[in-house]
Amino acid sequence: MSPHSDSHGHGHGHHEEHNHGSLKSYTIGFIISIILTVIPMLVVFNGLMSRTGTLLVILVTAILQLLVQLFFFMHINEGEKPRYNVMALVLGFVIVITIVAGSVWIMSFNSVVQ
Amino acid sequence: MQQHIVSPEVHEHHTQEQESLKTAGFWLFLVSDTLLFGTLFATYVVLVGHTNGGPSGKELFEIPGFVASTFLLLTSSFTSGLAVLQMQAKKLSGMIFWLIMTLLLGAAFLYLEVTEFVNLVHEGANIGTSAFLSAFFTLVGTHGIHVTVGIFWCIGLIFQLRKHGITTVTKRKISNFSLYWHFLDVIWIFLFSVVYLMGVM
Repeated sequence: MSPHSDSHGHGHGHHEEHNHGSLKSYTIGFIISIILTVIPMLVVFNGLMSRTGTLLVILVTAILQLLVQLFFFMHINEGEKPRYNVMALVLGFVIVITIVAGSVWIMSFNSVVQ
Repeated sequence: MQQHIVSPEVHEHHTQEQESLKTAGFWLFLVSDTLLFGTLFATYVVLVGHTNGGPSGKELFEIPGFVASTFLLLTSSFTSGLAVLQMQAKKLSGMIFWLIMTLLLGAAFLYLEVTEFVNLVHEGANIGTSAFLSAFFTLVGTHGIHVTVGIFWCIGLIFQLRKHGITTVTKRKISNFSLYWHFLDVIWIFLFSVVYLMGVM
């Protein structure tokens, strides 16, 4: 998704105004988002898969849609370097994953204690 | 005296630098907001099974309601992007049109959410019924408050646009609003997935 526009944007130098996306990229992002929303809906509402399979489909499509929003709508692959916003975002994701996964893991011992 | 005279180009460049610094600051806000939602998600995931003999998500969530909410917010994320495109094309009226569309879609989303909450409370599922519902109302409600703030922010920006037109300052404000709105859609994707879809499966 990102590398081609990255190398493209880099050739222009710093002072040119950054053109954040085009109608085409927004429309493509919108269509992919709709598809990624409909897939887990179909799987869940029709009971197409086992429990684990359904959970996996829901999580994978959600994460893919997060990436679509970040690249097609929020343009994190554009802007001046160094991209402190991306660094902050990655740190944020690490903390969120730690909090969520850590909470689920530690609380799973609740039944052992009781 | 000579050093006090600043050419308009230098001044403009200086403003642009300040504005891009403000956008960087806004990114940091978005990251800190991600942490807020992360902790609320963690709380929800831990407490989702603790229904205290009360209703679970499977009995409470109405499929047509949250499916409609999802598409409303997704479309409004797209229209806020269209507003930014109009801004880059320096078309003020088109920009205000797409901002108003974003606003209306956001308001429709909010209407559905408030109706859902009112219905839940009437069914006897309020924030004090169980740990699951406390976590649910806090998580979904916090997102709803964010959307409400975004709607008022957008109204304010439309007034500023009509008054000042497209300037370096209003451009930055619209870009930040658009980032915020996309961010709220991202949060909703996870609410939709983790709370609603996993709730009804």
